[in-house]
Amino acid sequence: MVSLLDIIGPVMVGPSSSHTAGACRLGLLARGLVGGTPQTALLELHGSFARTGEGHGTDKALVAGLLGFRPDDERIRTALEIADGEGLEYRFEKTTISDESHPNTVRITLALGPRRAVMVGSSLGAGRVLVTEIDGYPVDISGNYFSIVILAADVKGSIARVTHILSNHDINIATLKLTRKQRGGDAFIVIECDDNPGEEVRDEIRALAWVRWAMRLDKVSGG
Amino acid sequence: MYKALAEAISDAEARGASLSTVALDLESQDQGRSVASIRGSLARALAVMRGAVEAGMTGDMRSNSGLVGGDAAKLLGSTAGPLSATPFHDILIRALAVQEVNASMGVIVAAPTAGGAGVLPAVLTGLAAARGISDERLVDALATAGLIGAVIAERASLSGAEGGCQAETGSAAAMAAGAATEMLGGSPTQAGHATALAMQSTLGLVCDPLGGLVELPCVFRNATGSAIALAAIEMALAGIEFAIPVDEV
Repeated sequence: MVSLLDIIGPVMVGPSSSHTAGACRLGLLARGLVGGTPQTALLELHGSFARTGEGHGTDKALVAGLLGFRPDDERIRTALEIADGEGLEYRFEKTTISDESHPNTVRITLALGPRRAVMVGSSLGAGRVLVTEIDGYPVDISGNYFSIVILAADVKGSIARVTHILSNHDINIATLKLTRKQRGGDAFIVIECDDNPGEEVRDEIRALAWVRWAMRLDKVSGG
Repeated sequence: MYKALAEAISDAEARGASLSTVALDLESQDQGRSVASIRGSLARALAVMRGAVEAGMTGDMRSNSGLVGGDAAKLLGSTAGPLSATPFHDILIRALAVQEVNASMGVIVAAPTAGGAGVLPAVLTGLAAARGISDERLVDALATAGLIGAVIAERASLSGAEGGCQAETGSAAAMAAGAATEMLGGSPTQAGHATALAMQSTLGLVCDPLGGLVELPCVFRNATGSAIALAAIEMALAGIEFAIPVDEV
């Protein structure tokens, strides 16, 4: 669902909504997966991101997002120097993720202490983004909502328990999707929420015995 | 948001309302936000657009590659052109100004995108300055522009890398044409024709940025995109119609 404010926006630092604002938003989403500024990050640029990235400040914008800067933050211009100063080790590589990937796609492999994540996302134009893969699991996260991402054993009643926690915290669910590689294997649950599930909600979900890993991602667009 | 402009036009005409009203009402429903708070966000975007126009006119911003900068100020200082004393001239200056700010990693509003961000502020604020139009009506125009852009995003693309320059400066010209036609008193149907008239003239325009930057020809296509929008507005307000339905264009 496209919002008016996706089109008349974002307010951002130029020069490109897909290569700068969209890239920054992808960095912010990846940051959310490890819960803060990562210590190390490998950024593999695909297609148009690879060919025209530097000129568009894509490299600066991606790293700015990893640092937690939003698309309208003038510090995007000097994000690489700031990252060096903060000890964020980043490395860029040009790659081909897959032939069907959107031309503006990046795979970010990052780590913060024990937390590791691999995120594949694309910038669709006009600042709109789509996370398509997390740790090898296919997902569909637009960043227009706060999101909870859960990897858990395939246990009966698991959805009920999770949604119960969310309702306890007065959080309204926008979309909910459960995928699994095979029956009895790991279940991957992605919940997009209208309200912001804080760290405590993520931790409550993490505490459930059959949950292996759970993360929350910020709302990065949608007015 | 609407997936076809024809739908929005028929809703607006059925209710005797403007495209901005039906767009704001539907957005309010979709996002669970009050119309007032959406208008607040659009008003903030308008303020940033004005800021970019002013910053770009000073002429002291240069792009990373040095290819772009100072042209808005140069045009501002010139009376050599045949239209130099008209809103047309002023609107070209504004389009260049916003794009020079964008190319220099300044703050702009990506409407519909950063690469096409000069057309809408130029056409809307330029016509508003020429005709003394209030910020309230400019916010209405931004809502209508957002509706048109959302329909394009749904049916085609707003990404230059994916859809070519027609998707960026072409969409921007179409949005500005439709929004300004309504702002100047045109009916929803006339706004639809203005959108089609502008869009049809940029079909086929490739995304061919020099060095892959958002500088050449992007900066200048925002000025010429504004000219296209003005042509479409002029024709639509005269009652000229584009035979091919806008959603097909």
